[in-house]
Amino acid sequence: MRLLNRTAGRLSRHRRGPLAGLVVLLLGLVISGSLYTAFSPAQADSQPSETDQVAQGKELFLASCSFCHGQNGEGVPTVREGYQLGPSLVGVGAAAVDFQVGTGRMPMVQPGQQAPRKPPVFSDEETAALAAYVASLGPGPAIPNESDYSIEGLSEEEREEAISRGGQIFLTNCTACHNFNGAGGAMPRGGYAPSLHGVEGKYIFEALLTGPQQMPNFSNGNLSPEEKRDVIAYLDSLEDNAEYAGFTLGGLGPVSEGLFAWLLGIGGLVGAAVWIASHTTRTKKSKVNP
Amino acid sequence: MSVDTSKVATSNRTDAATAKKPGPAGSLATWADDRLGLATAMKKNLRKVFPDHWSFMLGEIALWSFVVLLLTGVFLTLWFNPSMGHITYEGSYDQLRGVGMSESMASTLHISFDVRGGLLMRQMHHWAAAIFIASMMVHLLRVAFTGAYRKPRELNWVIGCILLLLGTLEGFTGYSLPDDLLSGTGVRAADGFLKATPVVGTYMSFLLFGGEFPGESIIPRLYIIHVLLIPGILLALIAAHMLLLVYHKHTQWPGPGRTEQNVVGYPMLPVYAAKAGGFFFMVFGVIALMGGLMSINPVWKFGPYDPTKVTAGSQPDWYMGWPDGLLRIMPSHMESVIFGYTISWNVLIPILLVPPLMLVILMLLPFIEGWITGDKRDHHLLQRPRNAPTRTAVMVALMTFYGLAWAAGGNDIIAIKLHLSINQITYFMRIAIFLGPLLAFWITRRWCISLQRHDNEKLLHGYETGIITRSPEGQYAERHLPISETAAYTLTARERDEIHAVGGDTDAAGVAAPNSRSEKLRARLSSWMYRHNVQKPTRAELEEAHHHAEHEAELQSGLDHPADGHQFDDHRLRDTDEVPLRDH
Repeated sequence: MRLLNRTAGRLSRHRRGPLAGLVVLLLGLVISGSLYTAFSPAQADSQPSETDQVAQGKELFLASCSFCHGQNGEGVPTVREGYQLGPSLVGVGAAAVDFQVGTGRMPMVQPGQQAPRKPPVFSDEETAALAAYVASLGPGPAIPNESDYSIEGLSEEEREEAISRGGQIFLTNCTACHNFNGAGGAMPRGGYAPSLHGVEGKYIFEALLTGPQQMPNFSNGNLSPEEKRDVIAYLDSLEDNAEYAGFTLGGLGPVSEGLFAWLLGIGGLVGAAVWIASHTTRTKKSKVNP
Repeated sequence: MSVDTSKVATSNRTDAATAKKPGPAGSLATWADDRLGLATAMKKNLRKVFPDHWSFMLGEIALWSFVVLLLTGVFLTLWFNPSMGHITYEGSYDQLRGVGMSESMASTLHISFDVRGGLLMRQMHHWAAAIFIASMMVHLLRVAFTGAYRKPRELNWVIGCILLLLGTLEGFTGYSLPDDLLSGTGVRAADGFLKATPVVGTYMSFLLFGGEFPGESIIPRLYIIHVLLIPGILLALIAAHMLLLVYHKHTQWPGPGRTEQNVVGYPMLPVYAAKAGGFFFMVFGVIALMGGLMSINPVWKFGPYDPTKVTAGSQPDWYMGWPDGLLRIMPSHMESVIFGYTISWNVLIPILLVPPLMLVILMLLPFIEGWITGDKRDHHLLQRPRNAPTRTAVMVALMTFYGLAWAAGGNDIIAIKLHLSINQITYFMRIAIFLGPLLAFWITRRWCISLQRHDNEKLLHGYETGIITRSPEGQYAERHLPISETAAYTLTARERDEIHAVGGDTDAAGVAAPNSRSEKLRARLSSWMYRHNVQKPTRAELEEAHHHAEHEAELQSGLDHPADGHQFDDHRLRDTDEVPLRDH
């Protein structure tokens, strides 16, 4: 009992400490979160059936997408001929929805040259429902399975081959816009090929399959699923490898290198010259007062 | 028997001075001098005096980075194989194993991944190249802005410009050697530039490549140009550049005790040998750090060159960026067809006409200036940029042109990093490349002139002390105090600009004066150059101003003013000592 009192006394000494409020808040959050997880109904049992999913997707679609894409996903043309508020989604398939919504590009915050990547608005479940609904509008590419874009199942030798083959496919088809390092590049009129760093394999596969925004469509007849997988394997290998040469300076090529040569190189050396010139000779060891 | 030295010399020593036994260094020097006879030459040159200013050390950065280039370059040649022979890569870099490439690419990868220290040396070599050319440009700007290119140094200026050109070509040939995707794209572009030359374009291209692009001989040819031809010329011209520097002696800033006839500074040994030697290690150290920490030209990510591939961000190294920028903003439809032959103005103008023209303008600058001023005297005292407003403004206009073209060369990177449209950047640059230099010229010249006015203010009315006094009537005024004599000397150590006056078209007998047209042009240019400049005050004006200041001080001396204005600055301390050039 005495021991307990002492412990409580030690703790209570901190009760007015600067961090006390934060600790109590964190404790409260952790406890309520764990209690909720323990008592909430299990998710696995409540997987909706396909028709339910489509129905849920349609509701979400009407609320969040139909303003631009039309009530039935038929697209909304604008007054200017050839332009549209949103394209028709008939036949774009579940893969397109999974890519656009899963990476946060859709729904767009505002009209613009290009929908930027941002934190997704919808949960995985809602995204799946939207995808199911749009897929029901017309046949299109489905969301790929993990085995489609992963080289996990291959032997060591096959993996190496896949990576070097993927590198060559990447350099032939992708670097012209996305840059040799996957750092991204400029497209006409404010568009851009986004950076591929940290993009999940699934989304790269879907982007190749569906050709979002300004990107061309690399259909399975053009680049086979294995070739798409190899490109993803190459990009993953670049990210897994150490940067052999030091800081990549953005991986943007000679422009950023020139910037650093001037700022750090010449800037530093001119600084050194100023330093040398300001330290002139003296004949005594002790510092002479100016 | 001892000699009584008091009869022959007055000395505080009691015995005769005898030569000390020479130390080991002295003996070695004597040994060498007996055989090489260097003492006479060294005696003079070891005591050679250099003036001390940071801006005089900018050219040294170029020199030392060139030394780093030679050292690292030799290392690289030990493993580099300049061959376009086709092989399959089997080295350490996983992602390219099994890929077909040229031997030069494979040996570059070998240097990068399988030679100990190879990647460091490659990166140091590349960074040193970038810094070499950058420091040449910074040095060039210093020389131009201070008027150091005036007589007798015009030819050394020309040599410097050729060094800049050769450095650029050397950089380009080196950049092309690894035969990676980026360099191959650059060589392809160079091939296009050659072919854009009217009439002889295709002949030149076939000559350079030994047939149709790419052929099998371009890499070996560029290699021999890169490691032998251009470095040889560079070395010879650097030697000439430095011999002329020694012959002309270094320029110096004006100041008390500094004239056109002397050089005030420290001797080569021990001061400048230590400073320059130390600077070499600093340059080496900065380049080594950059080479060790910062990636440059990661050829393994580019992969081998293949004409069917290209990457976003395909730019040349920075020093070739400005012609690339001109090419990027050139309207692409400018072509004319003459007798069935296409003249590609869209390549011809930005690549084959403007850059050589700019180089020629640069080389001619001292000659043009010398012709306009008609100044045939030697100049060893530098001018502050503000005291030559037109020259300074011309240089800033040229810099602006260069900078805009340079920025246009990175238009895609600017677009993605600043979230702009590449098209809008291009349209902006098309106009800015003409208006920008004019605007920069005007702003700079007015700026210089107002700085000149400020100098005159200081000479005539003193500097602003920051002491505000209130008169009995309630009027507030800031107290000005005279600047030190040293500072005043330095500010006035410049000449008055004289506008060249034209004699008249005809002489008294009615005969047209020779060169009257060019004389008139010269007079007009001279007026354009000098008309707006502010000249330093005359002796009478200075005396009048000082008289006025003394009168003021006298009036105030009787008042109860404990503050003379020096309480809050350190001028009282410094007035006794030598005051640096741009103090207050």
